[in-house]
Amino acid sequence: MTGPRDGGREAVGEQSASRRGRFGRWRDQAIALGWLALVWNLLWGQISWANLASGLLVGSAVLVFFPLPAVTFGGRLRPWALLVFASRFAAELVSASLHVARIAVQPGCRPRGAIIGVELRVRTDLNMALTAEAVTLVPGTLVLEMDRESATLYLHVLDTHGPAELVAARERTLALERRIVRAVGSAAELRRIDNPPVEKGTSP
Amino acid sequence: MIATVADWLGAACLVAGAMLGLAAAIGVLRFPDSLSRMHAATKPQVLGVLLLLLGIALRLRSMADLGMIVLVAVFQLATAPVAAQMIGRAAYRSGRLDRDLLDADELADRGSGGGSAGSG
Repeated sequence: MTGPRDGGREAVGEQSASRRGRFGRWRDQAIALGWLALVWNLLWGQISWANLASGLLVGSAVLVFFPLPAVTFGGRLRPWALLVFASRFAAELVSASLHVARIAVQPGCRPRGAIIGVELRVRTDLNMALTAEAVTLVPGTLVLEMDRESATLYLHVLDTHGPAELVAARERTLALERRIVRAVGSAAELRRIDNPPVEKGTSP
Repeated sequence: MIATVADWLGAACLVAGAMLGLAAAIGVLRFPDSLSRMHAATKPQVLGVLLLLLGIALRLRSMADLGMIVLVAVFQLATAPVAAQMIGRAAYRSGRLDRDLLDADELADRGSGGGSAGSG
Protein backbone atom coordinates (compact mmCIF):
# COMPACT_ATOMS: atom_id res chain seq x y z
CA MET A 1 0.00 0.00 0.00
CA THR A 2 2.74 2.47 0.94
CA GLY A 3 5.22 0.78 -1.39
CA PRO A 4 5.93 3.52 -3.92
CA ARG A 5 5.93 6.34 -1.41
CA ASP A 6 8.44 5.14 1.15
CA GLY A 7 11.05 4.35 -1.50
CA GLY A 8 13.17 7.45 -1.06
CA ARG A 9 11.15 9.61 1.28
CA GLU A 10 12.17 8.21 4.64
CA ALA A 11 11.32 11.43 6.44
CA VAL A 12 7.70 11.18 5.41
CA GLY A 13 7.56 7.56 6.55
CA GLU A 14 9.09 8.40 9.94
CA GLN A 15 6.73 11.27 10.44
CA SER A 16 3.67 9.22 9.71
CA ALA A 17 5.00 6.39 11.86
CA SER A 18 5.49 8.72 14.81
CA ARG A 19 2.06 10.18 14.26
CA ARG A 20 0.62 6.69 14.19
CA GLY A 21 2.58 5.89 17.37
CA ARG A 22 1.17 8.91 19.14
CA PHE A 23 -2.30 8.04 17.92
CA GLY A 24 -1.80 4.46 19.10
CA ARG A 25 -0.72 5.64 22.54
CA TRP A 26 -3.77 7.87 22.80
CA ARG A 27 -5.93 4.96 21.70
CA ASP A 28 -4.36 2.68 24.33
CA GLN A 29 -4.93 5.32 27.01
CA ALA A 30 -8.54 5.75 25.92
CA ILE A 31 -9.13 1.99 26.07
CA ALA A 32 -7.57 1.85 29.55
CA LEU A 33 -9.71 4.77 30.70
CA GLY A 34 -12.87 3.14 29.34
CA TRP A 35 -12.01 -0.13 31.07
CA LEU A 36 -11.36 1.60 34.40
CA ALA A 37 -14.66 3.51 34.14
CA LEU A 38 -16.47 0.25 33.36
CA VAL A 39 -14.86 -1.47 36.36
CA TRP A 40 -15.88 1.45 38.57
CA ASN A 41 -19.48 1.16 37.39
CA LEU A 42 -19.54 -2.59 37.89
CA LEU A 43 -18.11 -2.20 41.39
CA TRP A 44 -20.91 0.19 42.30
CA GLY A 45 -23.38 -2.33 40.95
CA GLN A 46 -25.21 -0.02 38.57
CA ILE A 47 -24.40 2.00 35.50
CA SER A 48 -25.51 5.62 35.85
CA TRP A 49 -24.34 9.03 34.64
CA ALA A 50 -22.97 9.89 38.08
CA ASN A 51 -21.03 6.62 38.22
CA LEU A 52 -19.77 7.15 34.69
CA ALA A 53 -18.52 10.67 35.49
CA SER A 54 -16.84 9.66 38.75
CA GLY A 55 -15.43 6.57 37.05
CA LEU A 56 -13.84 8.68 34.32
CA LEU A 57 -12.43 10.99 37.00
CA VAL A 58 -10.98 8.16 39.09
CA GLY A 59 -9.74 6.40 35.96
CA SER A 60 -7.85 9.41 34.69
CA ALA A 61 -6.38 9.97 38.16
CA VAL A 62 -5.16 6.35 38.16
CA LEU A 63 -3.68 6.74 34.67
CA VAL A 64 -1.93 10.01 35.59
CA PHE A 65 -0.56 8.95 38.97
CA PHE A 66 0.28 5.32 38.20
CA PRO A 67 1.57 5.35 34.64
CA LEU A 68 2.52 1.98 33.18
CA PRO A 69 4.98 1.26 30.40
CA ALA A 70 3.25 1.17 27.06
CA VAL A 71 2.16 -2.24 25.86
CA THR A 72 2.72 -2.64 22.16
CA PHE A 73 -0.28 -4.36 20.70
CA GLY A 74 0.43 -4.78 17.03
CA GLY A 75 -2.00 -7.56 16.33
CA ARG A 76 -5.70 -7.74 15.85
CA LEU A 77 -8.49 -9.79 17.37
CA ARG A 78 -9.69 -12.79 15.43
CA PRO A 79 -13.06 -13.87 16.84
CA TRP A 80 -12.97 -17.45 15.64
CA ALA A 81 -9.43 -18.12 16.90
CA LEU A 82 -10.35 -16.39 20.13
CA LEU A 83 -13.28 -18.76 20.53
CA VAL A 84 -11.04 -21.75 19.82
CA PHE A 85 -8.55 -20.53 22.42
CA ALA A 86 -11.27 -19.86 25.01
CA SER A 87 -12.95 -23.23 24.64
CA ARG A 88 -9.65 -25.15 24.69
CA PHE A 89 -8.62 -23.09 27.72
CA ALA A 90 -11.85 -23.92 29.56
CA ALA A 91 -11.53 -27.63 28.76
CA GLU A 92 -7.90 -27.69 29.88
CA LEU A 93 -8.70 -25.76 33.05
CA VAL A 94 -11.30 -28.39 33.98
CA SER A 95 -9.02 -31.33 33.22
CA ALA A 96 -6.10 -29.68 35.06
CA SER A 97 -8.26 -29.03 38.11
CA LEU A 98 -9.55 -32.60 38.19
CA HIS A 99 -6.01 -33.93 37.76
CA VAL A 100 -4.56 -31.88 40.63
CA ALA A 101 -7.60 -32.60 42.80
CA ARG A 102 -7.19 -36.32 42.15
CA ILE A 103 -3.52 -36.48 43.12
CA ALA A 104 -4.31 -34.27 46.12
CA VAL A 105 -6.76 -36.74 47.63
CA GLN A 106 -5.10 -39.94 46.38
CA PRO A 107 -3.63 -41.72 49.41
CA GLY A 108 0.10 -42.30 49.42
CA CYS A 109 0.76 -40.23 46.31
CA ARG A 110 4.00 -38.27 46.39
CA PRO A 111 4.09 -36.45 43.05
CA ARG A 112 7.45 -35.84 41.42
CA GLY A 113 8.14 -32.70 39.46
CA ALA A 114 10.61 -31.13 37.07
CA ILE A 115 11.64 -27.65 35.98
CA ILE A 116 11.95 -27.07 32.26
CA GLY A 117 12.72 -24.02 30.14
CA VAL A 118 10.56 -23.32 27.12
CA GLU A 119 11.69 -20.73 24.61
CA LEU A 120 8.75 -18.88 23.08
CA ARG A 121 8.81 -17.97 19.42
CA VAL A 122 7.09 -14.60 19.63
CA ARG A 123 9.10 -12.32 21.89
CA THR A 124 6.75 -9.48 22.68
CA ASP A 125 5.98 -8.65 26.31
CA LEU A 126 2.27 -9.07 25.70
CA ASN A 127 2.65 -12.56 24.27
CA MET A 128 4.95 -13.60 27.12
CA ALA A 129 2.53 -12.31 29.74
CA LEU A 130 -0.53 -13.93 28.17
CA THR A 131 1.23 -17.25 27.66
CA ALA A 132 2.59 -17.23 31.21
CA GLU A 133 -0.86 -16.53 32.64
CA ALA A 134 -2.55 -19.20 30.60
CA VAL A 135 0.16 -21.81 31.06
CA THR A 136 -0.19 -21.65 34.84
CA LEU A 137 -3.84 -22.60 34.62
CA VAL A 138 -3.56 -25.52 32.21
CA PRO A 139 -2.46 -29.07 32.96
CA GLY A 140 0.68 -29.76 34.85
CA THR A 141 2.62 -26.54 34.50
CA LEU A 142 3.37 -23.49 36.66
CA VAL A 143 5.54 -20.55 35.67
CA LEU A 144 8.47 -20.05 38.03
CA GLU A 145 10.74 -17.61 36.29
CA MET A 146 10.92 -15.83 32.99
CA ASP A 147 13.83 -14.53 31.02
CA ARG A 148 12.78 -11.51 29.03
CA GLU A 149 15.85 -11.36 26.77
CA SER A 150 15.53 -14.87 25.42
CA ALA A 151 11.73 -15.04 25.93
CA THR A 152 12.12 -18.21 27.95
CA LEU A 153 9.57 -19.39 30.46
CA TYR A 154 10.80 -21.69 33.21
CA LEU A 155 7.99 -24.00 34.19
CA HIS A 156 7.48 -26.39 37.05
CA VAL A 157 5.78 -29.54 35.81
CA LEU A 158 3.85 -31.55 38.36
CA ASP A 159 3.36 -35.31 38.45
CA THR A 160 5.98 -36.40 35.95
CA HIS A 161 6.83 -40.01 35.26
CA GLY A 162 9.65 -39.71 32.77
CA PRO A 163 11.33 -37.63 30.10
CA ALA A 164 8.51 -38.22 27.61
CA GLU A 165 6.18 -36.14 29.74
CA LEU A 166 8.63 -33.25 29.80
CA VAL A 167 8.67 -33.23 26.01
CA ALA A 168 4.88 -33.36 26.03
CA ALA A 169 4.68 -30.43 28.45
CA ARG A 170 7.00 -28.41 26.21
CA GLU A 171 4.86 -29.15 23.18
CA ARG A 172 1.67 -28.27 25.07
CA THR A 173 3.16 -24.91 26.03
CA LEU A 174 4.14 -24.12 22.44
CA ALA A 175 0.71 -25.18 21.21
CA LEU A 176 -0.86 -22.84 23.75
CA GLU A 177 1.35 -20.02 22.52
CA ARG A 178 0.28 -20.79 18.96
CA ARG A 179 -3.40 -20.58 19.91
CA ILE A 180 -2.84 -17.24 21.67
CA VAL A 181 -0.97 -15.78 18.69
CA ARG A 182 -3.67 -17.01 16.34
CA ALA A 183 -6.23 -15.22 18.49
CA VAL A 184 -4.54 -11.86 19.08
CA GLY A 185 -1.24 -11.79 17.20
CA SER A 186 -0.21 -9.76 14.18
CA ALA A 187 0.32 -11.20 10.72
CA ALA A 188 4.12 -11.24 11.11
CA GLU A 189 3.86 -13.09 14.42
CA LEU A 190 1.49 -15.57 12.84
CA ARG A 191 4.02 -16.30 10.08
CA ARG A 192 6.69 -16.81 12.75
CA ILE A 193 4.51 -19.33 14.52
CA ASP A 194 3.47 -21.27 11.47
CA ASN A 195 6.88 -21.67 9.92
CA PRO A 196 9.65 -21.15 12.47
CA PRO A 197 12.78 -19.74 10.79
CA VAL A 198 15.51 -22.01 12.15
CA GLU A 199 15.17 -25.13 14.24
CA LYS A 200 17.68 -24.68 17.00
CA GLY A 201 19.29 -27.83 18.25
CA THR A 202 18.07 -27.82 21.83
CA SER A 203 18.67 -31.35 22.88
CA PRO A 204 16.36 -32.51 25.65
CA MET B 1 -39.89 -23.93 35.18
CA ILE B 2 -36.77 -22.22 33.90
CA ALA B 3 -36.27 -20.70 37.32
CA THR B 4 -36.35 -24.14 38.93
CA VAL B 5 -33.83 -25.52 36.44
CA ALA B 6 -31.55 -22.54 37.01
CA ASP B 7 -31.85 -22.98 40.77
CA TRP B 8 -30.88 -26.64 40.58
CA LEU B 9 -28.03 -25.98 38.15
CA GLY B 10 -26.81 -23.22 40.45
CA ALA B 11 -26.96 -25.55 43.44
CA ALA B 12 -24.97 -28.19 41.54
CA CYS B 13 -22.35 -25.60 40.59
CA LEU B 14 -22.08 -24.43 44.20
CA VAL B 15 -21.52 -27.97 45.46
CA ALA B 16 -18.98 -28.77 42.71
CA GLY B 17 -17.10 -25.52 43.38
CA ALA B 18 -17.03 -26.23 47.09
CA MET B 19 -15.68 -29.74 46.47
CA LEU B 20 -12.90 -28.36 44.26
CA GLY B 21 -12.06 -25.78 46.94
CA LEU B 22 -11.83 -28.62 49.47
CA ALA B 23 -9.58 -30.64 47.14
CA ALA B 24 -7.35 -27.58 46.68
CA ALA B 25 -7.09 -27.15 50.45
CA ILE B 26 -6.20 -30.83 50.90
CA GLY B 27 -3.59 -30.48 48.17
CA VAL B 28 -2.01 -27.45 49.82
CA LEU B 29 -1.78 -29.44 53.05
CA ARG B 30 -0.57 -32.73 51.59
CA PHE B 31 1.79 -31.88 48.73
CA PRO B 32 5.44 -32.33 49.66
CA ASP B 33 6.96 -28.99 48.63
CA SER B 34 5.87 -25.44 47.99
CA LEU B 35 6.09 -25.69 44.19
CA SER B 36 3.60 -28.56 44.13
CA ARG B 37 1.42 -26.65 46.58
CA MET B 38 1.22 -23.76 44.14
CA HIS B 39 -0.31 -26.13 41.60
CA ALA B 40 -3.08 -26.88 44.07
CA ALA B 41 -3.47 -23.19 44.83
CA THR B 42 -4.00 -22.26 41.19
CA LYS B 43 -5.90 -24.81 39.15
CA PRO B 44 -8.58 -26.43 41.35
CA GLN B 45 -8.91 -23.27 43.38
CA VAL B 46 -9.53 -21.03 40.36
CA LEU B 47 -12.03 -23.44 38.83
CA GLY B 48 -13.71 -23.82 42.22
CA VAL B 49 -14.15 -20.06 42.54
CA LEU B 50 -15.44 -19.85 38.96
CA LEU B 51 -18.00 -22.60 39.64
CA LEU B 52 -19.09 -20.88 42.85
CA LEU B 53 -19.54 -17.64 40.94
CA LEU B 54 -21.51 -19.42 38.22
CA GLY B 55 -23.72 -21.00 40.85
CA ILE B 56 -24.33 -17.65 42.53
CA ALA B 57 -25.09 -16.04 39.16
CA LEU B 58 -27.60 -18.77 38.32
CA ARG B 59 -29.38 -18.27 41.62
CA LEU B 60 -29.33 -14.47 41.82
CA ARG B 61 -30.11 -13.72 38.15
CA SER B 62 -29.84 -9.92 38.34
CA MET B 63 -27.80 -7.67 36.10
CA ALA B 64 -26.18 -5.69 38.93
CA ASP B 65 -24.85 -8.83 40.62
CA LEU B 66 -23.81 -10.28 37.28
CA GLY B 67 -21.44 -7.36 36.64
CA MET B 68 -19.75 -7.83 39.99
CA ILE B 69 -19.51 -11.60 39.45
CA VAL B 70 -17.88 -11.19 36.03
CA LEU B 71 -15.43 -8.74 37.56
CA VAL B 72 -14.49 -11.17 40.34
CA ALA B 73 -13.99 -13.95 37.77
CA VAL B 74 -11.78 -11.79 35.55
CA PHE B 75 -9.58 -10.68 38.42
CA GLN B 76 -9.39 -14.19 39.80
CA LEU B 77 -8.16 -15.49 36.43
CA ALA B 78 -5.68 -12.64 36.10
CA THR B 79 -4.22 -12.58 39.61
CA ALA B 80 -4.04 -16.22 40.74
CA PRO B 81 -1.25 -17.16 38.27
CA VAL B 82 0.72 -14.04 39.17
CA ALA B 83 0.50 -14.77 42.90
CA ALA B 84 1.52 -18.39 42.32
CA GLN B 85 4.46 -17.29 40.18
CA MET B 86 5.70 -14.83 42.81
CA ILE B 87 5.49 -17.44 45.59
CA GLY B 88 7.04 -20.13 43.40
CA ARG B 89 9.89 -17.85 42.40
CA ALA B 90 10.54 -16.84 45.99
CA ALA B 91 10.49 -20.51 47.04
CA TYR B 92 12.93 -21.43 44.29
CA ARG B 93 15.33 -18.57 44.94
CA SER B 94 15.44 -19.20 48.67
CA GLY B 95 16.04 -22.90 48.05
CA ARG B 96 12.87 -24.09 49.73
CA LEU B 97 12.34 -27.02 47.44
CA ASP B 98 12.97 -30.72 47.67
CA ARG B 99 15.52 -31.57 45.00
CA ASP B 100 14.91 -35.28 45.43
CA LEU B 101 11.47 -34.74 43.95
CA LEU B 102 12.78 -33.05 40.80
CA ASP B 103 13.46 -35.06 37.66
CA ALA B 104 15.13 -32.15 35.87
CA ASP B 105 16.04 -28.56 36.66
CA GLU B 106 16.82 -26.52 33.57
CA LEU B 107 16.71 -23.30 35.58
CA ALA B 108 19.80 -24.43 37.49
CA ASP B 109 21.38 -25.63 34.22
CA ARG B 110 21.05 -22.15 32.81
CA GLY B 111 24.60 -21.57 34.04
CA SER B 112 24.48 -18.54 36.30
CA GLY B 113 28.25 -18.65 36.84
CA GLY B 114 29.21 -19.40 33.26
CA GLY B 115 32.01 -21.88 33.83
CA SER B 116 30.07 -24.53 35.68
CA ALA B 117 28.40 -27.12 33.56
CA GLY B 118 25.07 -28.18 34.95
CA SER B 119 25.03 -31.68 36.25
CA GLY B 120 21.75 -33.47 36.65
